[in-house]
Amino acid sequence: MSAPHTYTRPIAGWWRRNPFYRAYIVREMTCVAVIAYALELLVGLARLAQGPEAFETWLARLARPWAIVLNCVALLLIAFHAWTWFEVMPKTLPFINVGGRRVPDRAIVAAGAIAAVLASLLVLFAFLYR
Amino acid sequence: MKRSNKPIFWSLFGAGGMLSALIGPMLVFLTVVAVPLGLVSKQTMDYPRALAFAQSGIGKLAVLVVISLFLFHGLHRLYHTLHDFGVHIGPGAKALCHGLAILGTLVAAYLLVKLGWG
Repeated sequence: MSAPHTYTRPIAGWWRRNPFYRAYIVREMTCVAVIAYALELLVGLARLAQGPEAFETWLARLARPWAIVLNCVALLLIAFHAWTWFEVMPKTLPFINVGGRRVPDRAIVAAGAIAAVLASLLVLFAFLYR
Repeated sequence: MKRSNKPIFWSLFGAGGMLSALIGPMLVFLTVVAVPLGLVSKQTMDYPRALAFAQSGIGKLAVLVVISLFLFHGLHRLYHTLHDFGVHIGPGAKALCHGLAILGTLVAAYLLVKLGWG
């Protein structure tokens, strides 16, 4: 007996029809930049383990124009991911109550953004001066 | 009933998402934009400094956590986004995505052990 042929409505391009869906897909596709950056670091780590020459070659390759362009795109996507991550935090966190009142959504988003700025300054300081 | 492994991968996705939201833009800017463009001194990421970082305890932990959690976050999200593009995901795609994240973590751990302790 052959398998039943169930009609499946085609869904190709569904997300292009609406700006909200487009933003959703861009947000989801930021994962490609996050994966690519992790792999980039992993390759750098492997080159580091191979010695000074291999590591310097890896650094020189990062400075090629198309590598810079791709990494700038990755930077934009990861920055968009960061923004959306804090934007949905009021929905992804359980309700937080302070003094019997629910903490407003805007305060949660602002707290996330401020935490990101502080953490980034810490990374910047460690990278430049430690 | 068999216990679901969803909470594990969901937690790793969330932890990676939070870490990459907190420091991702700054890390990407410094390591693969500012250093290659010469916006900061080359010495911030030259061989001796990178080696010293990878041979310190805190450096090893930072490198491992960033690579591993970024991979778990990105690959978990990719796994779910495939569905939105009409790819019928099943146990195979799931095993591939999570397996790659586990593999990347193991490779990073191996390299960090190989790099020694200075």
